[in-house]
Amino acid sequence: MIQAKRSGLYSRIQKTAGKLWSFRLLYLMILPFIIWYMLFCYVPMAGLYLSFEDFSYRGGIWGSKWVGMNNFRAILTDKEFLRAFRNTLVFSMGKLALQFPAAIVLALALNEVQRPRLKKTYQTVLTFPHFISWVVMAGILKNMFAGNGVINQVLTVAGLQPVSPLLSLTGFRPFIWFSNIWKEAGWDTIIYMAALAGIDPGLYEAAEIDGANRWGKIWHITLPGIRSTILIMLILEIGRIMTTGASFDQVFNLYSSPVYEVADTIDTYIYRTSFNGTRDFGYTTAVGLFKSVMGVTMMLGANRLVTACGEDGLF
Amino acid sequence: MKRNHQRVRPFDLALHLVLALLALLTLYPFYNVLILSFSNIQAISGHTPYLWFWAMDLEGYRTIVKDPYFFSSLGNTLFVTIIGTGINMLLSVAGAYVLSKKKLPARNALLTLVVIPMLFSGGMIPTYLVMKDYRLIDSIWSMILPCAVSSYYVIIMKNYFRSISPSLEEAAVIDGANDVTVLLRVILPISLPFTMTFFLFYAVERWNEWWNAYLYISERKLYPLQIYLREVLINMNNQLSLMAQIKSGKKIPAESVQMATIIITALPILCVYPFIQKYFVKGVMIGSIKE
Repeated sequence: MIQAKRSGLYSRIQKTAGKLWSFRLLYLMILPFIIWYMLFCYVPMAGLYLSFEDFSYRGGIWGSKWVGMNNFRAILTDKEFLRAFRNTLVFSMGKLALQFPAAIVLALALNEVQRPRLKKTYQTVLTFPHFISWVVMAGILKNMFAGNGVINQVLTVAGLQPVSPLLSLTGFRPFIWFSNIWKEAGWDTIIYMAALAGIDPGLYEAAEIDGANRWGKIWHITLPGIRSTILIMLILEIGRIMTTGASFDQVFNLYSSPVYEVADTIDTYIYRTSFNGTRDFGYTTAVGLFKSVMGVTMMLGANRLVTACGEDGLF
Repeated sequence: MKRNHQRVRPFDLALHLVLALLALLTLYPFYNVLILSFSNIQAISGHTPYLWFWAMDLEGYRTIVKDPYFFSSLGNTLFVTIIGTGINMLLSVAGAYVLSKKKLPARNALLTLVVIPMLFSGGMIPTYLVMKDYRLIDSIWSMILPCAVSSYYVIIMKNYFRSISPSLEEAAVIDGANDVTVLLRVILPISLPFTMTFFLFYAVERWNEWWNAYLYISERKLYPLQIYLREVLINMNNQLSLMAQIKSGKKIPAESVQMATIIITALPILCVYPFIQKYFVKGVMIGSIKE
């Protein structure tokens, strides 16, 4: 009896091993890929252990002093962190209120262009800034908005007051919102353009027979045709509220100490305080973990909402 | 019918006016940079150089080209772009292809391994300390290895490979081809325009790479072009144009040196972009279609 069972198990193992062996070439092909994920994603993730420690250079991640939840407790009373947290959310809300509709309107406008070549030209121009780094962009924008830059020269000629939004507590946030619209709105339209391409042209013909004008067609056919795409994008954008309101690249290359009050985000806060030595590495790791957990929670919630609406989620 | 036709006209006119204005607004800042990069002291102080080239002075460009650090950073950026994109493609194509095999044992576990980093990461400080343990601080590989794979692109590629008809592969397998030959001889040739898109995405990312360099590299010889530009924009400009002034005995505005650096840094993308734009659009569209 036992003998039989054992030989059954043995043959099962043999079968599984044989099956795995037949896939050996595929496993070999994916091996470097897996090693990369382990070394550059999962080892740093394990390094989050640091958020429960008081960092010391001698101890490193694995040997510093364990302090339990102390770092997390400190976060909640850290005024500078709370400021960064608030700024991160404000940047995201503004993006949601301004850039999100801007991309939709732009997509609808592009969709109304009848000549395909002209439409392509507009698209090509409007998506271009997406591929330029924020380092270059910041250089261009800082020059344009400098005291003797093009914007202020024009304003002076027009008899208006010069502006310096990059150094202004009221102007900095709108500057972030609008410069990001300028850089990314064209790129954002592509996903809507894909959805628009899928609308049945027969619907437009039918509407024309019924006497609908251009606005009528936009309102009754085009917009409903991309409604589900809009909904998904909206929910995903809400899910990314902790990360994408103003990207690290954008803020880091544009901000300066006079505007930290309204410009500092969680990411820039982590970088600055870790590397200028004002905060312990353990503490800033805890801040990063706090942000990640909030972000994942939001994202999973958003994904659940998408699937609840009967659409395909991300996972 | 006729009335309807007339009603269409003002709509189209307004549409094209708005779109043309937006297109101009998008391009003008780059045009402004171009003008300033060719300007000299006379042009900047005498005229307001915001619409036309008042001067065609190459001194700004000459100043940069004389800087040895410009060449070392150009070389570093080229190295990172060429080698980095090569590694990106090698790992991503192999990974995506294997993950597209439905029958592969433990496939779901491997997929989870790829998806988790899209949501969650170790964050800046643990990653920094781990990179230090790997001895990658002040190494050119610190600009290549941390971004060797993009989970997002791998998932899209995997979905695409899966949509390729299995009968093509089966025919090759009957002819005695193994998985590597199938990938190289069957899958890659028919998906070339598609994989090309991701090649371009990766190449642009490597060219624009600055953050890893900023974080991990302090040695000036190892700077990529983006960091070199940051330096020129923030502080080095005075030093650089001062040196050039002493050498040439001519006054060079820091502005034209800065703008010339911007032009050189953005130039490859500026030149290549109009021709490859359709690949980028195609990539996003494929990514948006679920399997």
